[in-house]
Amino acid sequence: MATPAPLLSVEDLSVEFRTRDGLVKALDRVSFDVHRGETVGVVGESGSGKSVTAFAVMRILDPAARITGGQVAFDGVDLVAARESELEARRGRDLSMIFQNPRTALNPIRQVGRQIGDVLLRHGGAKRGELRKRAVELLAQVQIPDPERRYWAYPFELSGGMCQRVMIALALACGPALLVADEPTTGLDVTTQAAIMDLIDELARAKRMATLLITHDLGLAALHCERIVVMHAGHVVESAPTAELFASPRHPYTAKLIAATPGPGVSLDELAAIPGGLPDLRGELPACRYSRRCERYAPFCDEPLPLTEVGPRHTVACAKPL
Amino acid sequence: MRASFLRLLWRRLAAATPGLAGVVVVTFCLMRALPGDPAAYFAGNAATKEAIEQVRARLGLDKSLPEQFVVYVRDLARGDLGQSVTTGQPVRAEMLARLPASLELTLTALLLAVAVALPAGVLAATRSGSWVDQAVRVLTTAGVSLPTFFTGILFVYVFYYLLGWSPSPTGRLDSLFPTPPRVTSFYLLDSLIARDIETFRACLRQLALPAVTMALFVMAPLARMTRASMLGVLGSDFIRTARASGLSRRTVLWTYGFRNAMLPVVTTLGMIFSYMLGANVLVEKVFAWPGIGSFALESLLASDYAPVQGFILIMATLYVLLNLIIDILYGLIDPRVRIEA
Amino acid sequence: MTAAALRHARYVVTENPITLVAFSMLLFLLFLALLGPVLAPYDPLKSDTASTLKPPSARHWFGTDQLGRDMLSRVMVATRLDMAIAFSAVALSFAVGSLAGACAGVFGGWTERIVSRISDTIMAFPLFVLAMGIVAALGNSVFNVILATAIINLPFYARMARAEANVRREAGFVEAARLSGNGTMRVLAVHIYPNCLPPMMVQASLNLGWAMLNAAGLAFIGLGVRPPTPEWGILVAEGTSFILSGEWWIALFPGLALMLAVFCFNLMGDGLRDLIDPRRRT
Repeated sequence: MATPAPLLSVEDLSVEFRTRDGLVKALDRVSFDVHRGETVGVVGESGSGKSVTAFAVMRILDPAARITGGQVAFDGVDLVAARESELEARRGRDLSMIFQNPRTALNPIRQVGRQIGDVLLRHGGAKRGELRKRAVELLAQVQIPDPERRYWAYPFELSGGMCQRVMIALALACGPALLVADEPTTGLDVTTQAAIMDLIDELARAKRMATLLITHDLGLAALHCERIVVMHAGHVVESAPTAELFASPRHPYTAKLIAATPGPGVSLDELAAIPGGLPDLRGELPACRYSRRCERYAPFCDEPLPLTEVGPRHTVACAKPL
Repeated sequence: MRASFLRLLWRRLAAATPGLAGVVVVTFCLMRALPGDPAAYFAGNAATKEAIEQVRARLGLDKSLPEQFVVYVRDLARGDLGQSVTTGQPVRAEMLARLPASLELTLTALLLAVAVALPAGVLAATRSGSWVDQAVRVLTTAGVSLPTFFTGILFVYVFYYLLGWSPSPTGRLDSLFPTPPRVTSFYLLDSLIARDIETFRACLRQLALPAVTMALFVMAPLARMTRASMLGVLGSDFIRTARASGLSRRTVLWTYGFRNAMLPVVTTLGMIFSYMLGANVLVEKVFAWPGIGSFALESLLASDYAPVQGFILIMATLYVLLNLIIDILYGLIDPRVRIEA
Repeated sequence: MTAAALRHARYVVTENPITLVAFSMLLFLLFLALLGPVLAPYDPLKSDTASTLKPPSARHWFGTDQLGRDMLSRVMVATRLDMAIAFSAVALSFAVGSLAGACAGVFGGWTERIVSRISDTIMAFPLFVLAMGIVAALGNSVFNVILATAIINLPFYARMARAEANVRREAGFVEAARLSGNGTMRVLAVHIYPNCLPPMMVQASLNLGWAMLNAAGLAFIGLGVRPPTPEWGILVAEGTSFILSGEWWIALFPGLALMLAVFCFNLMGDGLRDLIDPRRRT
């Protein structure tokens, strides 16, 4: 059973941030794949580096950040080595992103329809005269009622849920092959959360679009993702198909996460905390960044971290997996 | 959109009315607070006792203050600003004759300041931390420290006396050139309309130094505000979305960044106008520019107070109107102001 | 001052050596203001018809004016008057404005309405024009210049103080105080007012430069301080007529002194702002 080449292949990606207090090693040799049409979830605590990963893939990191190693192969092209002009051409057309806080993520003084039109114009998604028509179609596609009128609305006139739908329309305007969704439902009420996630699922299925879902909510990832990548302090600790991850987690951290998530739809933050805290990402760090919080710690955990394949598409980064 | 705009206009007009009322009242009080006998001032130094009494009766200064106020407002409503003692002409006529000169100077200075400060601010913001940014910051701090009258004098010394590049600072137009036929009363525009390039150039040469002097002081706060605003906007979420959508650098910077950054800059314009209308007097004095500022000054020194009162009223009214325009402009740019009740 | 505050202060000073320079210049100016008349080499008012309009030389570092008066002495002595006017005007403005604003913020109602109305009326005028009008109306004197400058700066302080006081009123300071038996006035005086002060300090130091320019501008056009009193604005005015005939030193040195002082105040203001509230750094 030969799997086709992945659409997105992140290999040994390392990112550092220059801050006033020193160099923060935010990501260390992060690797994972996303195949065409697949929905992959990246899960972890706040500060685990999941958003940084998303921004690094899109190559829209802060100027203080530097990619110090690795590659991001998207559709055969290494985005790390690519020139800015090529990246600008691909962003929005081949790979798109939606963000947290949809209200602030949209231009407050520009009508939402026109913002969609800007993206269409940029990537040739529609001719100049047809921009409005196409934008209204896209708004209808994300199930915004009365899209003709809503074309002229400003973000502040729309609810959080509607703004997120607009952002989805914006991101999907040119039919990208990959959608990166950074905590798209945080801050929305529970019913809206479900509706938005269902919308994303539906559109992804219809367009055979891959989705990279960044979330701290393991329950949410369990509901919507085919595979899950678990991150801790800038490391990928385990990645597996969803069912297998829950059935047999092999990394101690994953097991603790799952144990702290009694059922789908419950957010991690509300429940019993995992002992210890994230290590300080500045100074010297041990080979396994979870080792200091781990009750299974043994001296050989300080040796270079092995990446073991423990099942079909199931890898774990642990010297002493469960 | 038209309905919300009209509502905005109406609301702003209503908000401006108390300001105008305050201006009228305060000017009245000021000109009645003169040390000594106001009638004597309005009658002039050479007036006889009978003349002073005549003036007192005519201006109603013998009546009680409330009655005086009524007379004053009534005269204002009719457009009567009194009589200038030194020139013997009605103040209104003198002011109207000189207003175009002041306006031409102020507007040119404003255009110049905007044309330099805005790009400088944007440049400093996009190259934050670099030497360009540092240079802009130091220059702007230095800029707000310059006394306008002093820079004017320095310019005259360097560009006229030392270098001979500028004509002598004696007004709007060298007497060698004919005054362009009056269409807008703005010499620059009128000479262009009359297709008289020589005169246009001559007017421009006379206008150059005074306009630059006035512009220099306001360039600093404008550039600073633009830079700060741009920096703030460029770090915001929607710019990140724009970049993630692959929009070109130019679109992100100007359509998404600059337009949003202009909001606080527009509100700064109010302060800028306040300064410029005041600086008018200083610049007109240094360059002997025949505007309402220099006329008011000459009258003041000659203890001729009617023109001074007229000057304060006109400048303040102009300022209220300019602020009104700024408010409306802001409402046009920012839909949140327009649409929310 | 806590150790942390001192560390922060040292950090700001080393980050901004310019602030340190500005502070030293300010100290120098204050020194001149206090001791100027004593240190001046010549009597600033004494004319010497034998050496009129002499360019800068070893005897007269800043040259002499049309009456033979030594320019260096005149510029030095003028320091006192200009600094005094600037500081007095800002102090007056600060005191009255902040108090009025704080009361408006705490009491609301008619107090707020009156303070707002007065503030708005002042701000309806181009400020320099209003200052001109006030001095013209009340007469030429140093006090009137101080008064006029103070009046036109009132709204800034009033508005700031009112905003700060409002925040605290809405936070329940007043209710809490009343419940514990304290009068509103006491709450205002002891709790609310002192907390309004830090951001206004920044405004005050920036204002000093502006107040000085204002006073000099008024003097330049012949209002307020009159010759032969040495004041930088007057000195520049006197020098203006001589610029066209090439005697540049009469106007240049007082102008530079004025520029230096204002530049100083502005840099100090920026430095203070970085110290007190680094978030607002522009």
